[in-house]
Amino acid sequence: MTIITELCLRRQAFHWSRSESFTIVSNSSAKMKKPYDDFKTIQDLESNPIRSQIIEAFFDRRNFQKDEVGSVDEIGFEEFLTVMSYFRAPSHHITEEQREEIRRAKLRFLFNMHDTDNDGTITLDEYRHVVEELLSRSGALGRETAKGIADAAMLEVASISVGPMAPGEVYEGITFEHFLKILQGLEIETRMNIRFLNMDTTVLCK
Amino acid sequence: MDYIFYLAIFKVLMLCDILFTPGYGENLDIPLKHPDTSSDLSTWSPNEHGAHPDPDKSRLPIFSVNYPRIQIPFEITLWVLLASFAKIGFHVYHKITVWVPESCLLISIGLIVGGIMHSVHEEPPAVLTSNVFFLYMLPSIVFDSGYFMPTRPFFENFGTVLWFAVVGTLWNSIGIGISLYAICQIEVFGVQDINLQENLLYASIISAVEPVAVLTVFEDISIHEQLYIVVFGECLFNDAVTVVLYNLFNHVAELRVVEAGDVFLGIASFFVVGLGGLLFGLLFGFVASFTTRFTGKVKEIEPLIIFLYSYLSYLIAELFAISSIMAIVTCALTMKYYVEENVSQRSCTTIRHVIKMVGSVSETLIFFFLGVVTITTEHEWNWAYILFSILFALLWRGLGILVLTQIINPFRTIPFNYKDQFGLAYGGLRGAVSFALAFTLPDSIGPKKLFITGTIVIIIFTVFIQGITIRPLLKLMNVRKTNRNLETINVEIHKRVGFTVDIIYVSILNYGLILTFFSNAGLKIIIIILNYNNCLVFQLMEHTVAGIEDLCGQWSHYYWKDKFMKFNNQIIRKILIRDNRPESSIVALYKKLELQNAMEILDSMSGDISSPPSPISSHASKSKKILASDVKNMHELLSKNMYKSRQRTMSHTNKHSLPNDVTAKEILIRRHTSLRRSLRAESFHGPKTSQKFFSLPTGQSLNSRLTPGRFASAGDDDAESEMDYASIRSTFRHPQRSMIPLRRPGNLKKVHSSVNVVDEENEKQRIYRSSRSGSSFTGSAHQITHQPHSFSGNISNKGHGSDSKEQKSFSPPNALKHEPQNNSDVQYPLLRRPQ
Repeated sequence: MTIITELCLRRQAFHWSRSESFTIVSNSSAKMKKPYDDFKTIQDLESNPIRSQIIEAFFDRRNFQKDEVGSVDEIGFEEFLTVMSYFRAPSHHITEEQREEIRRAKLRFLFNMHDTDNDGTITLDEYRHVVEELLSRSGALGRETAKGIADAAMLEVASISVGPMAPGEVYEGITFEHFLKILQGLEIETRMNIRFLNMDTTVLCK
Repeated sequence: MDYIFYLAIFKVLMLCDILFTPGYGENLDIPLKHPDTSSDLSTWSPNEHGAHPDPDKSRLPIFSVNYPRIQIPFEITLWVLLASFAKIGFHVYHKITVWVPESCLLISIGLIVGGIMHSVHEEPPAVLTSNVFFLYMLPSIVFDSGYFMPTRPFFENFGTVLWFAVVGTLWNSIGIGISLYAICQIEVFGVQDINLQENLLYASIISAVEPVAVLTVFEDISIHEQLYIVVFGECLFNDAVTVVLYNLFNHVAELRVVEAGDVFLGIASFFVVGLGGLLFGLLFGFVASFTTRFTGKVKEIEPLIIFLYSYLSYLIAELFAISSIMAIVTCALTMKYYVEENVSQRSCTTIRHVIKMVGSVSETLIFFFLGVVTITTEHEWNWAYILFSILFALLWRGLGILVLTQIINPFRTIPFNYKDQFGLAYGGLRGAVSFALAFTLPDSIGPKKLFITGTIVIIIFTVFIQGITIRPLLKLMNVRKTNRNLETINVEIHKRVGFTVDIIYVSILNYGLILTFFSNAGLKIIIIILNYNNCLVFQLMEHTVAGIEDLCGQWSHYYWKDKFMKFNNQIIRKILIRDNRPESSIVALYKKLELQNAMEILDSMSGDISSPPSPISSHASKSKKILASDVKNMHELLSKNMYKSRQRTMSHTNKHSLPNDVTAKEILIRRHTSLRRSLRAESFHGPKTSQKFFSLPTGQSLNSRLTPGRFASAGDDDAESEMDYASIRSTFRHPQRSMIPLRRPGNLKKVHSSVNVVDEENEKQRIYRSSRSGSSFTGSAHQITHQPHSFSGNISNKGHGSDSKEQKSFSPPNALKHEPQNNSDVQYPLLRRPQ
């Protein structure tokens, strides 16, 4: 299953790189430059409100599954695939633990998109920033509302994960554990998938 | 005296007449002529009138009865009333409907009524003529389903739904038709006279699947959303396909000789009819939305616009002989989104109520008549044919699901496993539409009686046997459920709301959690626990996935959704929506919630605190103006006081229940007490007390947005009552925390410093009570508003009723005595049933 998916990814990436302006000689030696030049050329992404976050995610070491932090300036095909693999659909027959594992990985990816400074918590500022970006296409009033929503959301996390607080107590930010707990109800593993259709991979990937 | 007696007799006679009049349906078709009413009257009049002869006819009538004039509407009214009584009856004991589907009960009642009619040798009421059914009942049933279709999951599973609805129905009709034709060839069974066309016609009738019973069960056992939506959508579009096929085969069956060319014409017409309906539906949907853009000043006719346009789409589709069901469903689906944004909240509620009401009445009536007709019609019984049609109906349904799922599975992100397939196949009950189609067959069809009998048998078989067993079977098989653990939810609710609920349906929306449960009083309550984080993260995820798909040139669901939303925001909404601001769903949701809350709170406040002329109430009197500008401030307040996660009543998920006003009330009370409290607390203590939860950057206050004017002014005037208020709060603590030394209410300083803690605790306590009382109240919403004997009532009375009284009653010793009493009052709310 994994192999097929990766083959498909490879094919997709190949297709993409061919259609866009940068060239690759062979799969493994291709590099994408950090300053987004390559990514910026993608027309379709332009209307995406969280475009920069998506692009950042590709250059974030945390997403390479190598226990590193920080960001890189360029990525190779390996890294590209690794990031893409977060969007794999779970296979049909998996155990509960595997499902949980997949769920964790996917949520981790989303968490990293929130947590821009790598400190393991989403602070109110970071949250607000994300919400603002999300609503950035919603017109002028987005900003104020975004703040309100982010605050309400933060409060929600605080009250659910910590419970009633004493006055003067401060909720530092959302840790990943809280993040998991809050999103219990979201069936992320069934939703955050990309189906790689038209998969005549053996022909195209040669 | 004579007259009274005469009147009484007449009433009885009329009732008999209503129950037993044949052919009022025919009268419906030709309402100007009443050929059989007069004869009808004459049939019963001789013997009755003989016993009680008419006094004197030549005089000026002091009292006269003109029954024929009102007969038709009168009878319709009584039939509907009878059916409604039956429905009411079932829900008195909701436990019956949990185990036996409502349709079973309706059919049973119909059977009983039919039995009574049969025993007095009366004709069955010919209520269901083809016109009545196709022009009045079918559109209302279908419009109901179309309008309440959960849009997002529907479009997420659009392909599968269409696949099952169109191909599945074709499969069933053709499969059953041909196999029955094969049976007809066997001489032993004696049905050689039924030709292929008629078999196909019959097959198309019995392949119409009916959702109501199954969906109720699915909801109750909280089955996986995808299964739910596939059954829902399948049933809806399956009706469209069935009716198209029905008309087609009806036409073909009358031809007697079918050529090859006719088959191709039939196939072509199938597509024309279906797609034509779709186009008409879209057209009317958009026109309706566009019209509601301008109804802002004439709110009273807003709902009417919706009904008129959708009905018009149905009629015009009928006019052009294209799929009218398709048209009205598409119309409903298209306009719902835009219309609900344009029309006012009240109109929206009205629309939903009326649609639900008309739809369920039609369905009830059909089931009811099914029962009546079963007993009273002459049946043509052919064991072999009928048994084989049951067998084939089950077989082809099962096979169809099996094969079609295998084909569709590779295209689905989450494929259906075998248990799901069983659920889908076994959920294929036949219902109202099948019966009505069979019953309205033209007389030119030879084996009409046999078809009616067969259809009735299949319906009764599936509705009774499958309908009753599906719940235990699915439970036994442990079919995929929503992945939320019920136990934890219950614990959570218990923790937050304070009472254990018998949750029967939990569905995870993108922005939260819907709980459906029966309250103590037995009413179904639906609550959404709104979860901002879920919503936010979901949106983030959606955008990310769409972005990644863009990256690799992949076009799939999210891609199309993204593109559609863009198109929608840029073009469609600008045309159709009155004050258009392209908003992502969370903002819209957020605003709607906040606005609604603010309005509720302001409304209730202006009602409650009329006696002490505080600035708040004067504000509230011109509330509507303020609202727009103040919403932002309100939501700040609300976000803190909407205890934990937010709750609101849900409007559409359940197919057969409407938004529950009672729940709304309950939550409203909970909120408005908490808000009022905090409003005052807010105004009094100022911004300092509020945000301790966040790690705010220094020098930046969340409350900076709170315009000081309004609340500050409120604070000045309310300062005195505020003290009392604080004291009330502190006294409220005591029952719970008896360990803590009593705090004198006068001790303002101390109260201030601890007010937030107090608030937290009280909130819990209060929520506990108000929700308990609220749930016990569910029988009458009025009671909540008029007789606030619960805790929330206490607060509002004491907090706002009159300040002087408040001071007296809450002088420390009294307060302590009072409190436990109040508690005990509320503790067992069930003991005092709503009067």
